[in-house]
Amino acid sequence: MARALINVPQKAKRGEIIEIKTLMSHPMETGFRTGLDGQLVPRDIIEQFVCTYNGEVVFSAHLYPAITANPFLSFTTIAADSGTLVFSWTDNKGETQVQTASIQVE
Amino acid sequence: MNRLLVILLVCVALPASAQDARKSGFAFMGPDTQAMQTDDLANPGMLSVLEGEALWNAKAGTSQKSCAACHGDAPQSMKGVATRYPAFDDTTQAPLDLAGRILQCRTERQGALAFQREGRELLALTSYVGHQSRNMTIAPSQDTRLAAARAQGAALYSTRVGQLNFSCAQCHDDNAGGHLGAAPIPQAHPTGYPLYRLEWQSLGSLQRRFRNCLSGMRAEPIPAGSADAIALELFLMDRAAGMKLETPAVRP
Amino acid sequence: MNTTRRQFSLLTAGASLALVTPARATPETMKESIQAFTGGKPIKEGRVKFDISLLVENGNSVPLSVLVDSPMTKDDHVTRIGIFNEKNPLPDVAIFTLTPRCGRAQIATRMRLNDTQFITAIAEMSDGTYFSAKSEVIVTMPACVEG
Repeated sequence: MARALINVPQKAKRGEIIEIKTLMSHPMETGFRTGLDGQLVPRDIIEQFVCTYNGEVVFSAHLYPAITANPFLSFTTIAADSGTLVFSWTDNKGETQVQTASIQVE
Repeated sequence: MNRLLVILLVCVALPASAQDARKSGFAFMGPDTQAMQTDDLANPGMLSVLEGEALWNAKAGTSQKSCAACHGDAPQSMKGVATRYPAFDDTTQAPLDLAGRILQCRTERQGALAFQREGRELLALTSYVGHQSRNMTIAPSQDTRLAAARAQGAALYSTRVGQLNFSCAQCHDDNAGGHLGAAPIPQAHPTGYPLYRLEWQSLGSLQRRFRNCLSGMRAEPIPAGSADAIALELFLMDRAAGMKLETPAVRP
Repeated sequence: MNTTRRQFSLLTAGASLALVTPARATPETMKESIQAFTGGKPIKEGRVKFDISLLVENGNSVPLSVLVDSPMTKDDHVTRIGIFNEKNPLPDVAIFTLTPRCGRAQIATRMRLNDTQFITAIAEMSDGTYFSAKSEVIVTMPACVEG
């Protein structure tokens, strides 16, 4: 049951630069640690993060095991039009989790 | 003249020294870690609170009832509850910590399988309930039946144990504000549990912290949920009475 | 080059060590990763403001932010920001891809640091030039850790 905290302002002025923060619940297991049985714990990390705004990619990130557990990402975007921001996190097994937020631009 | 000045100074200084010298572990952290705690959108502990909220509203067990079905909205019904725990439990005639109360509700009232102590779900529910008391002052239960366990906790706190022959009090009373290696020694006030510890890279309970400390002292760890662990928690919550809860706190 | 007996035993010792421990980033492997990022193009200093604490309480979570001086227009913007380290198991930390729609070339995240070391942030501009900034971080260990 992975969950994410996202802040996108509900309303913004057209052309305003807004800051977006995302916090994703994920262990970011590096694949370099040994478990209690002495075996390496398999790598389990978010590799790809993408943010689209009304269908267009505005920001993306490729993450390596050096990013903390529960990865935190912050970036900016211009409030262009009212609509939907879609956030997706894809792990190293190819599984993707998606959350959306809507914004009203005046 | 000089003496008068000294007396005057003492009078001025007295109200300050009579003030609370107790400090939360928050005061001993660097600005980066403090910022992580105070911004709910940057505090990873809030992910557990969010998960706890979902569990609160999820039907479970043979009763097919959620926590909310009996207790309603947690922001109202659970407000202040964490300030009073551990409390005396009438059914077992023993002190019970907040996680223990949630477990009891789950197995006996919801008819569901017990969550694991220190497991993700129990921590999430405990942090969600604890979060409803954030910024409220710790107000320990005055039930006289808790006195014996509280005294037992006080004794555990000041008894030397382990290969290093240390007591909790030697670090957290006598040397609080000093350093162990590069790390500041806090005063051991449990104001923010369950909390997100950067070292754990996850949320954890006060009783997990006890085990950390004890293994550092090369002493035998106290099992989670045991009478000793709850006694020590009772004593520490009483010692922190009047301080503000921060759940979910962030610590290094 | 002739390999002396001592060098040989050191080499084999190194090789057997490498079998049991995961590879570590070194200043050299970091250079290789940076080369791969820039395609070997020259990197200038400046335009990149790299904010990371000099002294951190726990290497498991070190906040960092990067702000690049750029108008972020269609013709002149930051296309990527790469973060690299020299002592973690891997030299790469993260690569961020930006667009003019970001409005500002600013990112923040949190990283793990294995040890006290230099961290480098490199910005790739839309004209194919590269700018960087680096910062040293000292990692202290918490007391009474688990295990």
